[in-house]
Amino acid sequence: MGLTLQNVDKLVGREIYLKDISLAFERGSRNVILGRTLAGKTSLLRIMAGIDRPTHGKILIDGHDVTGVSVRKRSVAMVYQQFINYPSLNVYKNIASPLKVSGVHKNEIDRRVRETAEMLHIEDLLDRLPAELSGGQQQRIAIARALVKDAQLLLLDEPLVNLDYKLREELRIELQEIFEQREAVVVYTTTEPTEALMLGGNVVLLDEGRILQTGLTHEVYHNPATTKVAEVFSDPPINYLACAIRGQKACLGEVTEFPLTSHLKSLPAAQYLFGVRSNHLSLQRNSAEDTEIHSKVELAEINGSETFIHVQYDNSRLVVQADGVHPHRIGTEISIYVNPSSFFVFDETGVLVSSPARYNLEKRSG
Amino acid sequence: MARIELNEIAHSYIANPKHESDYALKRIHDEWEDGGAYALLGPSGCGKTTLLNVISGLLTPSKGRVLYDGKDVTDLPPEKRNIAQVFQFPVLYDTMSVYNNLAFPLRNRGIQEDEVKKRVLEVAEILDLAPFINRRAAGLGADAKQKISLGRGLVRSDVAAILFDEPLTVIDPHLKWHLRRKLKEVHDQLKLTLIYVTHDQVEALTFADQVMVMYEGEIVQVGTPQELFENPKHKFVGYFIGSPGMNFLSCTLDGNKARVDGAGIELDDDTAALGVKAEGELELGIRPMYLEVYPKAVDGGIPASVKTVEDQGSFKIVTVHLAGHTLRARLPEGQAVPGNEAWLRFPTRWTKLFADGHLVK
Repeated sequence: MGLTLQNVDKLVGREIYLKDISLAFERGSRNVILGRTLAGKTSLLRIMAGIDRPTHGKILIDGHDVTGVSVRKRSVAMVYQQFINYPSLNVYKNIASPLKVSGVHKNEIDRRVRETAEMLHIEDLLDRLPAELSGGQQQRIAIARALVKDAQLLLLDEPLVNLDYKLREELRIELQEIFEQREAVVVYTTTEPTEALMLGGNVVLLDEGRILQTGLTHEVYHNPATTKVAEVFSDPPINYLACAIRGQKACLGEVTEFPLTSHLKSLPAAQYLFGVRSNHLSLQRNSAEDTEIHSKVELAEINGSETFIHVQYDNSRLVVQADGVHPHRIGTEISIYVNPSSFFVFDETGVLVSSPARYNLEKRSG
Repeated sequence: MARIELNEIAHSYIANPKHESDYALKRIHDEWEDGGAYALLGPSGCGKTTLLNVISGLLTPSKGRVLYDGKDVTDLPPEKRNIAQVFQFPVLYDTMSVYNNLAFPLRNRGIQEDEVKKRVLEVAEILDLAPFINRRAAGLGADAKQKISLGRGLVRSDVAAILFDEPLTVIDPHLKWHLRRKLKEVHDQLKLTLIYVTHDQVEALTFADQVMVMYEGEIVQVGTPQELFENPKHKFVGYFIGSPGMNFLSCTLDGNKARVDGAGIELDDDTAALGVKAEGELELGIRPMYLEVYPKAVDGGIPASVKTVEDQGSFKIVTVHLAGHTLRARLPEGQAVPGNEAWLRFPTRWTKLFADGHLVK
């Protein structure tokens, strides 16, 4: 099936929860809605599910208007942030419940419950009550109950956020494998850029109830349309440097200058904002084109395999993500390096002018 | 501020514990220096919150003693221990101003108003709360509220330690960066004894000088973030720290080589010698970051098949199959990625050997 949202608004009192949302999801597609807390992710899922009605606009399934149709009459399954299970039913009955409601034959229920339980590695827990299980196991039951129906629309609202870090990692991998075997439209919300990248597929960037950008997840990551998108889609935070282009030179602040190369060559003289992700700032020179920036260390956070070095340059705070352990003292002056070919260029209003990925694509095709 | 000693602590929630498995804390014996930044890291159910409650006095352990600067506080309640706590959800008075929220713990102890003012303004300055000091807490964002909770702990100059129980769980990723940095700065400036409980390795490793990894009621390793990453003493540490965790392969020894179903992987001499003496089931361990993956045959390379390649922005995760085992490698952005076939190299420096889950020694 295909799901379409046309000019959807959701107003609660005088507050705007969602504004002018138009989206189309194809059968079998995997979609991530990425946005910060209160961006409107949950409101959007509830409207897709049919739990809430939009204030304006239409919801279409395979071209048919279903805007007013109750959630009970739709083929939809949803997994919430908080694990929701029936506390008095054992795991087997919890998973079986949606099939029982729709009157599936007992043998068929048994087959599907066991198959789904196996997929989520909870086949040994079928006799237990939810309260006897860990958070990770409880969320697996909730996911199993959503999967067992084989609904045409599968919605997951930050399903891993209340789980341990390691469980998240495992379930993320498993979920991807499960999604691949489904023909349903899968929509998954998250606040985390890494999670969005891992899930791949398509992404919808949502902020304050509005769509910022849509597209293939990896394309959007490499071509953020605005500074806002780049911020929501970067962890560690993206770094910004004010840059003036004068003739064939770029000037970062007063003291750092470099010649214009690659995608920067055709930039007209003006004032810009250059964005660079933390992993593209380095503590050593990696190529002849690298530009050296003299900065002052504000903090070094060591994360076992890598170090996040927070530095200051020209009133900008930057984060360098470097492999290995670099215990720099606070206040030390250090040089950091950046290859100009890794800069995102935004104009003064924050709109993307040029990106390394777009440039490379044009170069290859032309 | 205080040095904290945990002397042979064990705790069970069951009235008459009989087996080792009845204990939520099995044996904790450790000493934490005055002014240190410590993290307790582990999955849910590992006992880290139980241990934190023993330290704060919310819980009296079944066995053992807790000492602050040599003084036995085991039977003292939290309010008599001079500790401050910051929880997962901000604890503050929504209708009060930021100033009054911060002043509350001091006024409660009958401290003079001029001294209260001095401390409150100082703490507000450190935490960047000064611009909205007169605003009501209710209208502020989640990160500002959590900073007020933190400030309520910092404002007292006499606290023995500040305990944090997953304080960043409800904070958005981009704000976590800001708050983590603030905590670190506070520690550098004030040299307080800070104890931070979390299941998130990034938070634990970036925050603490010393990280205690907990697993099934025990501290399995104490070390700096670097030690835990490079030299895990226990399989669990290898698995839990690092993303993805360490790769493990069952193996047998054949001279200086570890045999993994036919494939021979070279070990350094010391590791091989320790392996010969070790008892129990042997497993080879290597971190995804150190496993070398080549798209073409290389000298000493072991052929493997590629299952998936995931682009995670700043790096790629390559999943390969080797003799029926699944391994993951982490490749930096820009490095050549193999197609269907790959050749693996295991640098001897980073190839570890574990016997029954423990690093050979």
